[in-house]
Amino acid sequence: MGDVNVRVPIAEQDAKVRATNFDEVCLGYTEEEAVEEAQRCLNCKNPKCVGGCPVSINIPAFIEQVKNRDFKRAYEIISESSALPAVCGRVCPQESQCEGVCVRGIKGEAVAIGKLERFVADWARKNGIKPASDVAKNGHKVAVIGSGPAGLTCAGDLARAGYDVTIFEALHKTGGVLVYGIPEFRLPKEEVVAAEVANVESLGVKIETNVIIGKSTTIDELMENEGFEAVFIGSGAGLPKFMGIPGEQSLGVFSANEYLTRNNLMKAFKDQDTPIYHGKKVVVVGGGNVAMDAARTALRLGAEVHIVYRRSEAELPARVEEVHHAKEEGVIFDLLQNPVEILADESGWVKGIKIIKMELGEPDESGRRRPVEIPGSEYEIECDCVIMSLGTSPNPLISSTTDGLDVNRRGCIIAKEEDGSTSKTAVYAGGDAVTGAATVILAMGAGKSAALGIRRYFGETV
Amino acid sequence: MYKITRKEELAANIFLMDVEAPRCASSCLPGQFVIVRIDDEGERIPLTICDYDRDKGTITIVVQTIGASTMRMNELNEGDALSDFVGPLGLPSELCLEENLEETKKQEIVFIAGGLGTAPVYPQVKWLHEHGVEATVIMGSRTKDLLFYIDEMKAVAKDVFVTTDDGTYGFHGMGTDQLQALYDEGRHFDHCVAIGPMIMMKFVCKLTEKLGLHTIVSMNPIMVDGTGMCGACRLIVDGEVKFACVDGPEFDGHKVDFDLAMARMKQYATEEGRKKLAYEEGDTHHGGCGNCGGDK
Repeated sequence: MGDVNVRVPIAEQDAKVRATNFDEVCLGYTEEEAVEEAQRCLNCKNPKCVGGCPVSINIPAFIEQVKNRDFKRAYEIISESSALPAVCGRVCPQESQCEGVCVRGIKGEAVAIGKLERFVADWARKNGIKPASDVAKNGHKVAVIGSGPAGLTCAGDLARAGYDVTIFEALHKTGGVLVYGIPEFRLPKEEVVAAEVANVESLGVKIETNVIIGKSTTIDELMENEGFEAVFIGSGAGLPKFMGIPGEQSLGVFSANEYLTRNNLMKAFKDQDTPIYHGKKVVVVGGGNVAMDAARTALRLGAEVHIVYRRSEAELPARVEEVHHAKEEGVIFDLLQNPVEILADESGWVKGIKIIKMELGEPDESGRRRPVEIPGSEYEIECDCVIMSLGTSPNPLISSTTDGLDVNRRGCIIAKEEDGSTSKTAVYAGGDAVTGAATVILAMGAGKSAALGIRRYFGETV
Repeated sequence: MYKITRKEELAANIFLMDVEAPRCASSCLPGQFVIVRIDDEGERIPLTICDYDRDKGTITIVVQTIGASTMRMNELNEGDALSDFVGPLGLPSELCLEENLEETKKQEIVFIAGGLGTAPVYPQVKWLHEHGVEATVIMGSRTKDLLFYIDEMKAVAKDVFVTTDDGTYGFHGMGTDQLQALYDEGRHFDHCVAIGPMIMMKFVCKLTEKLGLHTIVSMNPIMVDGTGMCGACRLIVDGEVKFACVDGPEFDGHKVDFDLAMARMKQYATEEGRKKLAYEEGDTHHGGCGNCGGDK
């Protein structure tokens, strides 16, 4: 065994090779590696990691079972708390959650909890192990709007507690942001997402795709005409933001949502019917995980890619691992810079972007130092494609068609953090629809709290 | 899966399908649209709702074969099924809302349908007819072979004027010429709805601006999800960014920036052309594009 302060390294596709394909970047631990890494866990009496996990997975207990090579038992322990372990093991920001508070992290590197979770979930899938599903039904019908992380978690928890749950999904595929937003090279769609969705279905959850609540039917109609006694809204934050700068409507300017949806949901990279624009030099505006996803996608489609972000590297909202991977693959970071205008040729196509340089001033409300323009520092970058990745906001479709459902001034549904309850009786909400764009695991945490809230609504003492 | 219960060829490369989609059929209104996907390889194709039967739970769509996905769709027949069918999407036509009916009844209304635009015009005219409002309809197309639904339209409209660009049927000229001719005869309208290719809607709007005739158009830009998520369908209307899928598809035609909208339609022209060619040529496809190496 190596240095206990250092993680067992994990295999990744070589940066040069993976920059040209859409296969998964991280290859995961082998059994031997997983067991070795698990041995680094101190099995603390007062495990801080559990408190750091938004869905409170019993982390030391499952790692203990990995040590014992009882991977099936390890999977059962995780499944008690999470419906999507293979997803979470890949996309959770563990460094700021469970691993961020790991005692091992004080002197050295935290235990690789996320990678171990992924190992266990992948092992279970490959060995055909499914979560236990022998639950007595209680007859109560609950509708879940949206099949993203919040909805799947809430549905899974309710089904495990005996509820008759139907998920309504607007798109043709289940998974929400897991299928339209996060690219294949970070989260394989068929192998991982579809398999975990199938696990949720195996708990008895029904899924109806192609139903847009607010259009095909409404929450009030579901409750009045279809016998649903309670509803959970996990419809996400789907509306893209634009900058409002001149030239933004030029041809070749896309929202990250459009670019990623074409590539991930519609699989444009596999040469299906849906086209995607192959830029030669692509500028991605923004510094979040979605910006990294868009940049790394454009790179794989053959472009030279620049990320333009108005603050410095320390303020990049993306996960450190994503930034690191993007750099390794060859994405160029133009930091402390902000677009002021998009330039187009005579036929309306993007030919460049005018950028102004920034410096960091006094901290703003978010505590981060406010970027300030440096007068006279404008310059132009030549490019033939611009992808705007400035965040998203909730779709008003549901709130505008549901009587008595309150939203805040940003259009987010107002729901109590502890149980997801909203201003409307029997209607609960959670995830990005409530918080605005955040992470998969926070949405799952909200789905979990709301499932408890709904169970209490039906008189359970949980 | 969504079963196709009827399929008919309407005109050259234009076909009609009735599709079982009970949720959509129970809630849709004229002016709204659906998104259809044939199978796992297919695009999400936005299509206007041409008719609906709430009792049977079916929606009638009219499709023109223009790309790889629509060409594959044309190979499906009665009894086959579409993989995905979602809707209704977009806002209903304001003309066809019960709450506006009193106001609508006072108006002299003219519809101008260009090409495939007949499909979305028909349910509006029908709805008005069923609510006691008789509208005038101008139906135009390039040539006789592309005309469809003339009898259906006559059954629900006050009067129907058919035009062809080449004079092979009806009035020789464009819809705009017919409208001008009606005005020259002393007819007058309070409200115009123009639906068809963007270029046609642009020219109708130019004319109706001169005539002082309020005009609504239905925009059909490139879309992906149709729920406001991707922003591909964004337009400039009255100087503001609007999403055709959720803010429209109908807008005040005098405020739409048509030149920008038409330019944006070309965004994927090359890619789509390649895919169409690849589909048409099948295994023999070697376009000489240099990408696949098959021509070497």
